[in-house]
Amino acid sequence: MSEHEYVPKSKAGKWFNDRLPLLTLGAHLTDYPTPKNLNYWWTFGGILTFCLITQIVTGIVLAMHYVAHADLAFASVEHIMRDVNYGWLIRYIHSNGASMFFLAVYIHIFRSLFYGSYKSPREVIWIIGLMIYLLMMAAAFMGYVLPWGQMSFWGATVITNLFSAIPLVGDSITTWLWGAYSVDNPTLNRFFSLHYLIPFLILGLVVLHIWALHVPGNNNPVGIDIKKPSKDTVPFHPYITIKDAFALLVFMIIFAGFVFFTPNVLGHSDNYIPANPLVTPAHIVPEWYLLPFYAILRSVPDKLGGVILMFGAIFILFVLPWLDTSKVRSAIFRPIYRQFYWIFVLDVLMLGYVGAMPAEGIYLVLARVGTIYYFAHFIIVMPVVGLLEKTDPIPMSISEPVLTGGAEPSLARKVNDKV
Amino acid sequence: MSKEEKKVNRRDFLFTASYTIGAVGVGAVIWPMIDQMNPDKAQQALATTEVDISSIEPGKSITVLWRGKPIFIKKRTSEEIAEARAVKLDDLPDPQKDEDRVKDGKDEWLVMLGVCTHLGCVPLKDKGDFNGWFCPCHGSHYDVSGRIRKGPAPTNMEIPKFEFVDSNTIKIG
Repeated sequence: MSEHEYVPKSKAGKWFNDRLPLLTLGAHLTDYPTPKNLNYWWTFGGILTFCLITQIVTGIVLAMHYVAHADLAFASVEHIMRDVNYGWLIRYIHSNGASMFFLAVYIHIFRSLFYGSYKSPREVIWIIGLMIYLLMMAAAFMGYVLPWGQMSFWGATVITNLFSAIPLVGDSITTWLWGAYSVDNPTLNRFFSLHYLIPFLILGLVVLHIWALHVPGNNNPVGIDIKKPSKDTVPFHPYITIKDAFALLVFMIIFAGFVFFTPNVLGHSDNYIPANPLVTPAHIVPEWYLLPFYAILRSVPDKLGGVILMFGAIFILFVLPWLDTSKVRSAIFRPIYRQFYWIFVLDVLMLGYVGAMPAEGIYLVLARVGTIYYFAHFIIVMPVVGLLEKTDPIPMSISEPVLTGGAEPSLARKVNDKV
Repeated sequence: MSKEEKKVNRRDFLFTASYTIGAVGVGAVIWPMIDQMNPDKAQQALATTEVDISSIEPGKSITVLWRGKPIFIKKRTSEEIAEARAVKLDDLPDPQKDEDRVKDGKDEWLVMLGVCTHLGCVPLKDKGDFNGWFCPCHGSHYDVSGRIRKGPAPTNMEIPKFEFVDSNTIKIG
C-alpha cells in the first residue's frame, strides 16, 4: 500500500471507506509507484486484461445463442454466423480473441524471461502467471471443441487420448473424461461447462497475480531494485495508464485487422466440416499457440515418453526461478545469457513451425533437435551460464545512467555487491 | 512437555473422531461428484451392435460404429491370411499371433476397433508399409492383421468382444 494513509475528501466517501476501504485500494492503484523506465514490453499486462475481459463478454453473449449438443452445436454456430444480429462479429472477435490473447501472453512471458522478472522476489508472481497460462490452454482447447467440426472432434480425441498413456489407469481416466466410450455428446456438454467456468478462475488468479506484483513492485528493464517512491518512479496514473492505453490501441488495430480482413486465417478450414467419428482428417494440427508443444509430443517415438516430455516442457517453467543461478536480473547486463535467450526464442519458433508440418523426414529431425535444445536451455544453460558468466556492470539506479549518459563503471555496482 | 504429549485425553479422542467422520462425509460427497462424469446408463445401453456381414466381398471391409467408435470388419483373402501368419513374432513390437486375433474356423474375418492405439485417430485402410492400415495423425503403420509394425502406437489395434450369431451376422459387445 502507498506510504501515506489515504483519507477520502467527502464525508460520504469517508463513511464508506471506513466500512470497506475500496477507495484506499483505488488510491493505491492510482498512486502505485512504477519504475519510470518501463518500455513498451511492459504494456502487455494491461493488454492481457483487455483480452480476458473481451473473451468473457463475447463468450457470455455467444453462450446465449450456442447449443451444447452433438447434434445441434455445429448448426448453432452457423446460426450465430448467419442469423444472429452481429453474431458473425461477436464470434470472430471471440475466436480471433483467443489467438490475440496467446500472442500477448507469449510476449508477456518472453519479456519476463529477458528481463529476469521471474527471479527473486517475484517467483510467486511468475508461478501464478504460469497457472493462468495453463488455464488459458485448457480454456482454449475446450473452446475449440465447441463448434463440433472435424478439427474440434479429432483435436479433442487426440488430446484426451494423451491421458491414456498413463500406465494402468489411463483408459479409465479417458473414459471418465469423455463420459462415454469415445468423444461424444457428454464430452461436449462438460467441455462447455468448463469452458464457461475457466475464465472466471483466470480472473481470480489475475487478481492474485496483480496483488503479488504490488508487493515488491514492478521489475524494470535494468532489473535493479529501486526505492519507492523516489525519483526513479512515476505514479501509475496518469503516466503508465496513458502508455498502456496507447499500446492497447495499437494492439486493437492489429486485432481488428484479423477480425475484419482475415478472420479465418488462424483457424483450420476442416473445422467447417461437421464432426464425423468415422473419418479422421488427413492432417491434424492444433491451433498455432500449441504447436511447439505438439512438436515436442511428436518428436518422441514412444507414447508415454512423448506425453511426459510435452507436459514437462510446461512444468519445467515452474522451477525456472531456481534453475537460473544468476543474481543479475536483466539480460541487458548478461552478454552470454542474452545470446542463449535469442537462440531459445528461435528454437521455440522453429518447434512451432515443425509442429505444423508432417512428422516425417527433416521435420522430425528438427523437432528432435529443437526438443533437446528446449530442455537443455533450462537444465544446462540457465544454471551453468548463471555461474560462469561475467556480467556487465549494473547501474546504481535508474536515474544515474540516464543523467550521466551511460552506465559508467564509477557509478556502477559490481555483481557481487548487493543487487 | 513429554508428559503432556503422552497423555491421551477426551479432547484428543473427540478431535480424532471428528476428523474421521468428517473425512468420511467429505468422501461420500466427493465420490458422486467424480462418478457422475463416468459413462451414464444411456451410454452403457449402446453396448452391443449386430452387423449383417453377408454382402462383404473377400478382400473388402466395412466400418460400423460401436459405442461411438469405428469397428473395422474385414473379410480377408487367403493370401492376406497367409501373409499375416508368415510374420515372425520377433518382428512385432507387440507380439501376437494372427490366430489369436480371429475366431477359430472364421480366419477370414478380422473384426477390430478401428482406433489407433497411439492417440485415437482412425487409420486409413490399404495404406502404409505393411499392406494394412496407416494412421495419418502421427504415422503408425499396421499390418494386415491390424498389428502395430512401425510408428509411435504402443500396441496392436484392439479386438473387441464379439461373436457370430449365425454365419451372416456378428454381434459386437
